[in-house]
Amino acid sequence: MKGTVVERATPLSRGFWLVATLLILVLAAAPWWLGRGELRLIAEFAYLIALAQMWNLLAGYGGMISIGQHAYVGIGAYALLILSLHAGVHPFLAVPVAGLVAAVMAAPLSRLVFVLKGPYFAIGTWVVADVLRLVMANVPALGGGSGESLTSVIVGVPAWEREAVIYWMALAAGVGLTMGMYLFLTFRHGLALTAIRDSEAASASLGVEVDRVKLLVYVASAAGLGLVGALIYLIKLRISPDAAFSIEWTVLMIFIVTIGGIGTIEGPIVGTAVYFLLRYLLADFGTWYLVVLGAVAVVVMLKAPKGIWGWVAHRYDLHLFPTRRRMRLGTKAEAAAAPALDTVANGAG
Amino acid sequence: MSFLSTHKLEAGYGDFRALFGIDFEVAEGEAVAIIGANGAGKSTLLKSISGLVRPPPGSIRFRGAPIAGLSAPAVVAAGIAMVPEGRRLFPSLSVEENLLVGAHTRRPGPWTVDRVLDLFPALAPRRTTPATLLSGGQQQMVAIGRALMSNPALLLCDEISLGLAPVVVKSIYEAIPGIRADGTTIILVEQDVGRALAVADRVYCLQEGRVSLHGRPASLTREQITAAYFGV
Amino acid sequence: MAAAIDTILQGVLLGGLYALFATGLSLSFGIMRMVNVAHGDLIILASYLAWVTVATLGMNAFAAALVVVPAMTVVGYGLQRYVLNPVLSDDPLPPLLVTFGLSVIIQNLLLEGFSADARGIDAGVIETASLALGGDLAVGWLPLLVFASAVAVIAGLELLLSRTPLGRAFRATSDDQTVAQLMGIDNRHLYAVAMALACAVTGIAGIYLAIRTTFGPMMGPSQLLFAFEAVIIGGMGSLWGTLAGGVLLGVSQSIGFRLDPGWGILTGHLAFLAVLVMRPQGLFARTRDA
Repeated sequence: MKGTVVERATPLSRGFWLVATLLILVLAAAPWWLGRGELRLIAEFAYLIALAQMWNLLAGYGGMISIGQHAYVGIGAYALLILSLHAGVHPFLAVPVAGLVAAVMAAPLSRLVFVLKGPYFAIGTWVVADVLRLVMANVPALGGGSGESLTSVIVGVPAWEREAVIYWMALAAGVGLTMGMYLFLTFRHGLALTAIRDSEAASASLGVEVDRVKLLVYVASAAGLGLVGALIYLIKLRISPDAAFSIEWTVLMIFIVTIGGIGTIEGPIVGTAVYFLLRYLLADFGTWYLVVLGAVAVVVMLKAPKGIWGWVAHRYDLHLFPTRRRMRLGTKAEAAAAPALDTVANGAG
Repeated sequence: MSFLSTHKLEAGYGDFRALFGIDFEVAEGEAVAIIGANGAGKSTLLKSISGLVRPPPGSIRFRGAPIAGLSAPAVVAAGIAMVPEGRRLFPSLSVEENLLVGAHTRRPGPWTVDRVLDLFPALAPRRTTPATLLSGGQQQMVAIGRALMSNPALLLCDEISLGLAPVVVKSIYEAIPGIRADGTTIILVEQDVGRALAVADRVYCLQEGRVSLHGRPASLTREQITAAYFGV
Repeated sequence: MAAAIDTILQGVLLGGLYALFATGLSLSFGIMRMVNVAHGDLIILASYLAWVTVATLGMNAFAAALVVVPAMTVVGYGLQRYVLNPVLSDDPLPPLLVTFGLSVIIQNLLLEGFSADARGIDAGVIETASLALGGDLAVGWLPLLVFASAVAVIAGLELLLSRTPLGRAFRATSDDQTVAQLMGIDNRHLYAVAMALACAVTGIAGIYLAIRTTFGPMMGPSQLLFAFEAVIIGGMGSLWGTLAGGVLLGVSQSIGFRLDPGWGILTGHLAFLAVLVMRPQGLFARTRDA
């Protein structure tokens, strides 16, 4: 069985790391040589990767398919609003604190949504996000349904510094959350997570502390989303419940991860690139890019369920982030190879 | 031309291979037992015939027609019914409803709910009982009756004595002559070798996915069977 | 006092509409073990179909059902057979993601085709006619008709499930789809028939929605959440439970709305969450699905 081969660095992946490091250094210097428009575009690219990674962590590795992760983008946005506009915290400091706030909120909310399993969990998380949206719309002190503007808290920061710091934060979020996830999976939780995704009951009997690891993943994902949510609204500067708690955020996360390749670290990066490409190509056609994006996601699920990166990795045996050693142990085919009670491939083909 | 035959049958699940070139034949009206240790491939052979596992086309023929690769419902329509291992009645259906689901394909033939209840008189008073409330033996009777309701030409029985008390197994095996009386061919997968040899016209022994022995029970010695079974 | 009774009464009748929303979802939960995220968008699609039928053929709003229901039935069969069946497995992720993708596709196609303008269907006097109940109480004929339709649809489906060979095949497949195939049941066809039925009910729901309120391309997700809440409140596996769940949701929203117009949907969500915490299997779950 190939899967037992411990593969770590290959010449190709070493080359990739070198190129990636250089690229990040060049991008870090971008505020000195790129204009505002380009910086914003790169920042958006970076924070979308970060958002997608957080959904990938939850669904691809933790097996928790949520359609309500926009809850934490919204929580992050509102934490930024309250901290900076109402409590006088410096907006740059408020961004990481918003991540903490989201983590603190996620713990009790998890108790609510964890009652539901599988597909029911997915819709249940959506209800929770909608509850938060409606609650915020009913708080007049935060602008109610129309929300509030953040312009006043940022206006004192010099323009270049403002653009550069926000850009660096977005870059750091994209690179940092991707690397953080890689390290997280490389250390001991990775094995436990993959085990949970493949069979919750089996891992429980193997002594993996399913509940604790699931909670940890849920909270970590929320923290990342909260931080990125605050960052996004520090760029947008206008926060309203309908926008901050919009399903659009989850739509983007899910499409990007599905198209790029769920359960891989490379997938969200590839998926984000596909999203930008489609949006650019279809820029003159209204919301058609969403139709096309949805159609691509559906076709990917039907024809290549492991996404673009999953297909490439399988075809060319290419792994830039070698966590594959674990991934292989739990493939469907091998699970079915065990003396299965139910050997039908659920034959609805 | 044989009734059912497999030729160099290979089958498995995903990357795992369970059967390696099985040649297996059954004549019309026969009762054939398949014995072997756990993991020898007995159940995989039955599942390949019934369409739950899809082997390569051409490796199984039934009444002259290729059936390998057909879906399970298509195999039932062709006249092969299976009693699955572990009985697996539909828990939210009554005894009668379980039997009626068995008649889903409406293949013509002699079997009706009343006839199944005649075959297994213990079920008669439990006609409207939810299947989950039956004893293990009664559940096994319903499972066999449910398969018969499709009026099969060939009945596949997977481990019908498993987990049942000897006296219950005896009463279930007593129904087999009644099933064969109409000319129904039977293939039995059994762990209980003694029981299998007693009812079967011929026996196949599988070992690690290959046929290790076959013949008429009377012509086989205990030593031959032990060797074929355990591979010693 | 009369105001309180009126609030509850309106809520109960609103629950009839939610029960119609939820029935299709409940069927696909129960038989395919699948959650159709695009369910709400299919309701809205049916509303637009009704709107187009009324606008182009000049038909009466109720007669539009003659076009909408068969069309939605075909949509449901095709959707399940050719798009969803291929991704059904023990893994709940693929059908969820595919229907999620379909949801976004339907929304944006409707947006491109019909613009974001709110639309509605005029059904004539029945929209405003009401039945006086004495005192200050009155109920509209339309909400009564919607509620009666929900009861009729659910009674019909319960009869189909419990008394007919098709219903028996549905229940058997829901119990154990592998063994159902061994009985000769082609689950690909059966699932498609189940989705066709679900979408037929969705067609009825979409017409009533279009008559009752104005609608727009992006309203699907809200309807999905209402349908989902009704199903979970009622408990899986029981269509009468789904009706009860719809009624409870309708009453909760009606009470919230009476307290403050901004709270209606929120109190509905909170009632759902309260049931989830206190009785996660739902109020009327049948044991087999609990």
